[in-house]
Amino acid sequence: MNSIYELYQSLSILERMLVFLVLAPFVGGFLAGVDRKLSARLQGRYGPPVRQPFFDVLKLLQKERIVVNKFQNFSIVLFFLFTVFSGALFFAGADILLTIFSLALAGTFFILGGFSVGSPYSHLGAERELIQMVSYEPMVILMAVGMYQVTGTFKTAEIVQHPGPLILFLPGVFAGFLYILTIKFRKSPFDLSMSHHAHQEIVRGILTEFSGPALALIEITHWYENVLLLGMVYLFFGFNPWIALGASVATFLFEIFIDMNYARFKWQLTFASSWLFTAVAGVSNIIVLHFIK
Amino acid sequence: MNVLIFLIVFPLCIAGLALVLPPGTALRRTIGVIANIVLCGVPIYLLVTYLDQGPVYFPVESHVINAFMLAVEVLIAAFIVYISLRAKKILPVVLVVAQSLIMVTFEFTVGSTIKVEHSLFVDKFSIIMALIVGIIGSAICLYGIGYLPEYHEHYKEVKERRRYFAFLLYLFLSAMFGIVFSNNLLWLFFFWEITTICSALLIGYRNDKQSIESSFRALKMNLLGGLVFAVGLVYLYTSSHTLELDKLIQLDKSYVLLPAVCMAFAGIVKSAQFPFSSWLTGAMVAPTPVSALLHSSTMVKAGVYLILRVAPAMENTVAANMLMLIGGVSFLITALIAISQSNAKKVLAYSTISNLGLIVACAGIHTSAAVWSALLLIIFHAVAKSLLFLCVGIIEYKLGSRDIEDMDYLIMRLPKLTALMMIGMAGMFLAPFGMIISKFVTLKAFVDTNPGMAVLLAYGSGATVLFWAKWMGKVMSIKHGVTEVMEHRVSSWEWITLYILAVSTVGVCLVFPWISSGLIDPYLAERFSKIPVPDTFNTLMIFVIMLGLLILLPLGLFYFAFVNKNYKRVGTYLGGANIDNITFEGAMASTQPIALKNYYLQKYFGEDRWFMVGVLVSLTLIFVMFGVALL
Repeated sequence: MNSIYELYQSLSILERMLVFLVLAPFVGGFLAGVDRKLSARLQGRYGPPVRQPFFDVLKLLQKERIVVNKFQNFSIVLFFLFTVFSGALFFAGADILLTIFSLALAGTFFILGGFSVGSPYSHLGAERELIQMVSYEPMVILMAVGMYQVTGTFKTAEIVQHPGPLILFLPGVFAGFLYILTIKFRKSPFDLSMSHHAHQEIVRGILTEFSGPALALIEITHWYENVLLLGMVYLFFGFNPWIALGASVATFLFEIFIDMNYARFKWQLTFASSWLFTAVAGVSNIIVLHFIK
Repeated sequence: MNVLIFLIVFPLCIAGLALVLPPGTALRRTIGVIANIVLCGVPIYLLVTYLDQGPVYFPVESHVINAFMLAVEVLIAAFIVYISLRAKKILPVVLVVAQSLIMVTFEFTVGSTIKVEHSLFVDKFSIIMALIVGIIGSAICLYGIGYLPEYHEHYKEVKERRRYFAFLLYLFLSAMFGIVFSNNLLWLFFFWEITTICSALLIGYRNDKQSIESSFRALKMNLLGGLVFAVGLVYLYTSSHTLELDKLIQLDKSYVLLPAVCMAFAGIVKSAQFPFSSWLTGAMVAPTPVSALLHSSTMVKAGVYLILRVAPAMENTVAANMLMLIGGVSFLITALIAISQSNAKKVLAYSTISNLGLIVACAGIHTSAAVWSALLLIIFHAVAKSLLFLCVGIIEYKLGSRDIEDMDYLIMRLPKLTALMMIGMAGMFLAPFGMIISKFVTLKAFVDTNPGMAVLLAYGSGATVLFWAKWMGKVMSIKHGVTEVMEHRVSSWEWITLYILAVSTVGVCLVFPWISSGLIDPYLAERFSKIPVPDTFNTLMIFVIMLGLLILLPLGLFYFAFVNKNYKRVGTYLGGANIDNITFEGAMASTQPIALKNYYLQKYFGEDRWFMVGVLVSLTLIFVMFGVALL
């Protein structure tokens, strides 16, 4: 049972990073394929094959490079590099706070890219993306705080091997994290900043002016990010690898289910509800933990 | 000891020269440059000399100096009475008279019996402060040489009083050195009052209705702080016959709690925490070098300096918890208010209060990890904030506005300046830079003692990201076509200062492990049995991110600007036929302009409402703080 952790322990930090770098896009792409298939089935469609996201990305990479300014794709490159770096840090077992801050840096580059193109739709998308980031940020930090309270460390390598089940101590924090995870996965009701369909109220939002290889890079970054996020879910159940893997997959399916069942929120509601939910579920949990410890 | 006295007296001499020499001459400028180099160099010399030593205390024969200081204080008081009466303000008169009466009576009744063993001292914290005051303070003075002539070109109605201005700046620096080197609390109080009057006069430099209003607001609040400080001193002497900072924190808490609370109160006023925040937001009417000075290296930092010095005397008391909460409340609420502001200087002001709130909160907690992060916050904030203020000062002239909404396409109009400003902004909230490193360690300091504060920090840093990132996005949007570059006529004085500060903003992040091990750890080791050990791997990773950025950004920009030719450039999508990048032909052949505006979330974070909340909550906390100290 614990052979997974023994294997993990035997790898050096660089090896762990390398495993993440190589495997994550396949896992992320596969999950994206499952997402599309499942969504289609829930809507009564047949849906594309599970491999479709990979084909899409390969095709995007071959498209002409169309830009509105010379520098816009640089921010996407930085977004990609720092997201991947954050993920590598996380799976190498480093400080979870460092991962969070580094991920926020990556997100900021993405937002700045959206601002820099100077298109109104993209601008609106970037504003909304920023609102989304601010909506989830407190809960993500509180998750790290909660995990520290239970395990006494910020290192993911040690958190994951904590013998007790974190989820029993952190039910509120987990609920809050699930709530903001919908924002992070860009699922309805919180898919405000960009949309999968080109003719909605803000066209494609922050993605409006990105096309071809840049769009492919954004997609790949998203795969890496999803794997990182599911890794965070895993931490809550780290006492048993099989339960943890099951919980991560279940969480992903749950988010698809939510996506199917909700209409999009306005940004005001997204922002206010995330902060309030964080306060009710996350903060109360942390205060309780402080008193029982 | 001579170095310390030199650092206090030398700026004073320069202040005197500034008053005498006619403005605009080469001689005056040369002396200014030399003085600034000296002011940078001497603190560095001080650092090298005392690097391997613990705190050093110096005995100074103080009776004559005390009498002299008292005389100066009375003169200043008379001056304040004069200007207040002339402006028909009564409250400052009442405050300053009360304060002078207390100090004069004190001096005449017990003055001759006061025994102060060590009047001056230097330790690592003093050296950190001296470096900040010396380097950033003199950089700002350098900027002032180029800035002030332009200021008077823009505001022709303002009477030109450059000599007076320079005099006050250097007097201010002198007083700051006085504050950080005084062990004798009477001296500390004296320098403290000088910074009060200097700041008030500098804020009122424009001499119109609004700046006089702001000037007196700053004066009133800080005089109130001074009055409470004076009461604290008298109480301290009558209860324990001590007037020395180092002895104060060794005494039994029952004697010193009230004086410490009084001094912390003065510090709260000076560092513009709630409920006294309005003087700092009002201070933005002053010329830019003044704002930069008040916000980064002097005034507000003097406030947190004193709070951190007296915090040991309040350790583990309810009063310390109140101090922590006042800082926490100020941190969170001003970060929220900053979201709703579009005035660039006001955003900077609220961000200052917010960051100082974090320092005050750390002082209230007063574990070694908390003090460690407080010192880091002081350093990082001083550098980045001064850079930002000085950039905004120039932008204000070039655009004729300080509104963030007018800063569209700034990176095309003022490319170099915008790049520098973005370094400053990154310094305030992005990952490998100073403030986020400090928040990182602050969060760790909070979770061990008080998770409630960690919650405040989580929400506050969310708000911080919002108001910085949307500003950053605003200035870096790019449009098609040619835009007039307006960067000429920024004087080289200003450029040099900005470059120094920008390099320092990046530099302090790269060398922070050494700042920590060389300066902060030895200081902590004197006070705490356990000093925080920063995780080597984390430090290394921060280093990697920073280096990565330093290498990637220039390389990437170069690549995308000159090497990469494989792209097709098109206009942005505007929902019609583009005429140019900011107008398009819409339905029925109408010409539609576009405009990009930011969100300010007035409905949620309106200034009026939250300011009131902050004032009321913190007033309650302050009453509790004094209440528990009096019991």
